Parts: sequence; structure tokens; C-alpha cells
Amino acid sequence: MKNPSAVSVHKDYEGSKLGMWLFLFTEIILFGGLFILYSAYRSRYPIEFHDGGQHLNVVIGVANTVILLTSSLTVAIAITALRKGNRRLSIFCLSATIVLGIAFLMDKYVEWSGEIHHGIYPNSPELALRPQGDQIFFGLYYSMTGLHGLHVLAGILLLSLILVFVIREKVTGTDFNRLENAGLYWHLVDVIWIFLLPLFYLAA
Amino acid sequence: MEQTEAHGHVIPYRVLARVWVLLILLTAVLVAASRLYHETLSVPAMLIITPVKAGLVFFYFMHLKYEKTYLKALVFMTLGLLVLIIGLLFFDVLNR
Repeated sequence: MKNPSAVSVHKDYEGSKLGMWLFLFTEIILFGGLFILYSAYRSRYPIEFHDGGQHLNVVIGVANTVILLTSSLTVAIAITALRKGNRRLSIFCLSATIVLGIAFLMDKYVEWSGEIHHGIYPNSPELALRPQGDQIFFGLYYSMTGLHGLHVLAGILLLSLILVFVIREKVTGTDFNRLENAGLYWHLVDVIWIFLLPLFYLAA
Repeated sequence: MEQTEAHGHVIPYRVLARVWVLLILLTAVLVAASRLYHETLSVPAMLIITPVKAGLVFFYFMHLKYEKTYLKALVFMTLGLLVLIIGLLFFDVLNR
């Protein structure tokens, strides 16, 4: 090692990863609470939730699933590549993950614009005329996919930062913990979408 | 200490690729089952396939399969707690 002081730097990789997982547990409980809310209201308004689901665009929902699943693959490859010493492939896959994340948000933009164009958004006059079950369905739809979208945005920013670290060789094949933790966050965002797809788009 | 010494296992590319193919196939089956508009088929498909997909992401993409037992136990406890609460909710809703 060139820098002798670097030898004494203590890095607790195990603790760092555990800390990341503990944070992910709070995310699981946060979204879990919303899933419980969804289930409770679905059992109270089954017809409205069924009709609401039919109104949503399945093609966009499925396309976004494929996008997120693929982005999970690319971030996982980025970790394997970096550890195998293939920095270029790692940088390429990390960039691909960020692009896929942006594609997801653009899809979301198109989808939401369509809904808003139809006069369906929280507190809209059109929605106010509809039965209460419809209002709750679309309220949950906007809050749950919106909160998830914010997580995608946070993930994109986090991965962009890690990409800079990899390019500057602050994150390397022997010190990849930050990439690993960012990857864990991105995968969890993917898992949450795996559950959102059947709840909103397929349960019609 | 370099991190490679602490976390020896690298997931091979082919394993990652296979998991991705499986995830896409399961999504296709899930969508096909939901398009049949047949509740006795689509609801169980949803209840089985969705957790299997999440499990694949947890175990392979998130490296959980290769982690120490205590971390696996923590994840199962958290998910178990969530499943328990959802179970209690359905018990409450169905018995009202």
C-alpha cells in the first residue's frame, strides 16, 4: 500500500451491511403498512377496487416491471464485475441501471399524465363525484406508486454517486461495500414494485 | 483487511442471468393468469408467484443466500412479523 496511514483505517464491512439491512427493514415495514391499508380497503370495497384496477394501464405496469427487473440484474452484474476486476463492465452496468431507472420514471410520468388528463387525481372534481371506494382506490394508487417513485428517484441519485466513486476508484474490487449497499437499496425498490404490480394492475 | 477476505463469495454472471430469466418468465405467467379473468386460478397464482419472485431477488440479487445465519434470521423475523400482522388483519376483517 502506498499510503501507510491507510493501513490503520478500520472498516467494518459486516457492520455496514447490517446497518443497511436494518434500514431496509424499516422500509419493508413502511410499505407493509400501506399494503395492509390496501388489503383492508379492498375487502371493504371489492367492486370499486376491481373496476379501478381495470382502468389502469397493464402494459405500462408490466413494462415497468421488466425495466426494474432488468435494472436489478445490471446492478448485480456491476458488483460481480467490479469484484472480478472488470471495472469497465461495472461502470457500463451501473450506467445502464441509472438509465433504466430514468426510463421507469418516464413511464410513470406518461401513465400519471394520462390519468390526470382523464381528471383522475387526488381531490379532483371528477373523482369527487365517484363513490368513496373509487376515491380510496385512486388515493392509495397515487400515494403508494408515488412513494415508490420517490424511492426510485433516491436510488438513481444514490447509484449516480456510487458511479462517480467507481470512476474515481474510491469504490474498488477490494472495497466495494458502498456499491453493495446501494445495490441492496435498489433491489428492495424492485421487490416493492413486484408487489405493487399485482395489487394495482393485475387484480382486476 | 481487504473486503474480499471478509466477503469471499462472488455470484457468477450465469447465476444472475438465470435468476433474471426466471423472474421474467414468472412475470409472464402471472400476467397470463390474471388475463384469464378466472379468480380461482389468478388469485392463487398471484399469492404464490409474487412471493417467489421477491424470494429470488432477496436470495440471489441481494446475496442473502450467501450471508451469515443471523442476517437470514433477521430478515425472516421482519417478514414473518409482517405476514403475522397481515394474517391478524384478515382474521379481523373476516370475523366482523
